Amino acid sequence: MTTLRDWLIDDSPASPMQARLGRFYRIFGALMHNPLAVVGAIIILVLVLTALFAPWIATHDPLRQALGERLLPPSAAHWMGTDELGRDIWSRVVYGARITLAIVTLVAVLAAPAGLVIGVAAGYFGGWVDRILMGITDIFLSLPKLILALAFVAALGPGIENAIIAIAITSWPGYARVARAETMTFKNSEFISAVRLLGASSLRVNLGHVLPLCTSSMIVRVTLDMAGIILTAAGLGFIGLGAQPPLPEWGAMISRGRSFILDQWWVATMPGFAIILVSLGFCFLGDGLRDVLDPKSGEQR
Amino acid sequence: MTTAPAPTRRAGVQSPGRRRFFSALGFLVTLGVTFIGLLAITFFIGRIVPIDPVLAVVGDRAPVAVYERVREEMGLDRPLAAQFVSYVGDVVTGNFGTAVSTGKPVIEDLARVFPATLEMATLGIILGVLIGVPLGVIAASRRGSWLDQGIRVVGLLGYSVPAFWLGLVGLAVFYAKLKWVGGPGRVDIFYDGVVTPITGLILVDSIIAGDWEIFRNAVWHLILPASCLGFFSLAYIARMTRSFMLDQLSQEYVTTARVKGVPERLVIWRHAFRPIRVPLITVIGLSYAGLLEGSVMIETIFSWPGIGNYLTVALLNADMAAVLGSTLVIGAVFIGINKISDVLYRVLDPRAR
Repeated sequence: MTTLRDWLIDDSPASPMQARLGRFYRIFGALMHNPLAVVGAIIILVLVLTALFAPWIATHDPLRQALGERLLPPSAAHWMGTDELGRDIWSRVVYGARITLAIVTLVAVLAAPAGLVIGVAAGYFGGWVDRILMGITDIFLSLPKLILALAFVAALGPGIENAIIAIAITSWPGYARVARAETMTFKNSEFISAVRLLGASSLRVNLGHVLPLCTSSMIVRVTLDMAGIILTAAGLGFIGLGAQPPLPEWGAMISRGRSFILDQWWVATMPGFAIILVSLGFCFLGDGLRDVLDPKSGEQR
Repeated sequence: MTTAPAPTRRAGVQSPGRRRFFSALGFLVTLGVTFIGLLAITFFIGRIVPIDPVLAVVGDRAPVAVYERVREEMGLDRPLAAQFVSYVGDVVTGNFGTAVSTGKPVIEDLARVFPATLEMATLGIILGVLIGVPLGVIAASRRGSWLDQGIRVVGLLGYSVPAFWLGLVGLAVFYAKLKWVGGPGRVDIFYDGVVTPITGLILVDSIIAGDWEIFRNAVWHLILPASCLGFFSLAYIARMTRSFMLDQLSQEYVTTARVKGVPERLVIWRHAFRPIRVPLITVIGLSYAGLLEGSVMIETIFSWPGIGNYLTVALLNADMAAVLGSTLVIGAVFIGINKISDVLYRVLDPRAR
């Protein structure tokens, strides 16, 4: 065990692989010293496990209606009670983890690379490319995200796929800004010049050397953005423009429970706790990651 | 957002008046470009709607000739750029189209509903500043304490609690259970329409009318939605205040003041707090603009007859003229507030001039 640790924290790694693993090990170690980050990581781990093993964790079929068991309060049989169609809320919340995880993953997969490419291109080439790309980015950044997402969904039509597209459209500009700032900082550094002198094309310089250096700040930014993405998706679901029934999406579930909030409080509140917990988890982890990977940027975001 | 723009290298050559003129010009150009961008986005959204606007007018059994004529009349046969220009012309002259849900011009509807949102958001930001700033200062002055951790969690909750959920729970607890506040709507039903709208702000209108009963009732209804909204600005403002204060408290002049024996309370409020007032204005401006966005969800919950509610109803009816009109107005106000706080920052901070 000690030898593995020594190998990982070796100051003069013998291979890039060793250096990379060593860096990963150090980041991991630093994260483990931040209690909030650990809590966040655990919450997200639980979310992922819940999504993966939903059929085993859920106690009931999330879609099965039992009209004889409508609006039952939380009990041993139904941990979070039942909704207006007699469906078990706990099981629906558990299956909802899949939807939430799918939404945040897809938005990240769509928006982060798009923002990364645009930002790196703007930062690396500068001049007119920079001015045009950043002009567009700034216009998007100066508009309210939720309103823009709402308008896009209204145009594309309700549904979870369109909600994901709309959220991705409103999220990329933040990533483009981060990537551009990062690119600017090392675009004139010696190692980039060295690669260029060796005859590498700009595509190769960017893909092989600039992009990888942007990843850590991108990871921080994406993690910090996750809470906002979850809230927007839930908001779209709540209004009725996101996930459609009978999908057990948390925002849509709150919307269904709205009519019963005064007498059957659990129908609307339970999915809300799930949203808060998961969003907080991403916030905690994002804060911790930022302290480790990107200490300069401080609290400001 | 708080970094001052780099001083121009030719500063010595130009006279200050001339420089100010050019920076104002540059500002207006960016503002114009941003507004055009906003218009381009709403125009684009209007074009990707899968509903064919011509079919909506003529019906799907109209002969091709009729279809083509209506298409020409609506200007849809012209190149996109020309369509965009006439769209911009329409918007500038206040022609946002007609809302299907109300049958009135969208601009009239928006003028009617906007004051309700403004009233709620303004009270929200006041609450956010009054509570958020002291919380941030306290957290920074006791860094690492339990109080600080607690305030930090409150700050993060502002990013994690869905606004609609907070509104629902607030309604269930404070209205239904404790009966401390009024329910949905701006006033009780039997007060509805009693005060003639002059400003559209019911608090102001009831004072003008001298009707204190309605004023009290309106406050009673306003306090919960405004608090829910205020919570989000509180969280953000407290977080930013804390980080600004920490920056200041680590400066040498603060140490000097402490060494001199200045009482800690004075060190914090007189020495450390003063310089952060200007960046805080930017934060408050951003937060105020953000509340307009947050009000969409809160208004839906509280049946608040503001722009957010109008937008949601329009969204559910796929009433695109109303959706795009609301988007434009909220976007324009958002950009406007951001730019104003930007200007205020430059005017108030001598280093940024």
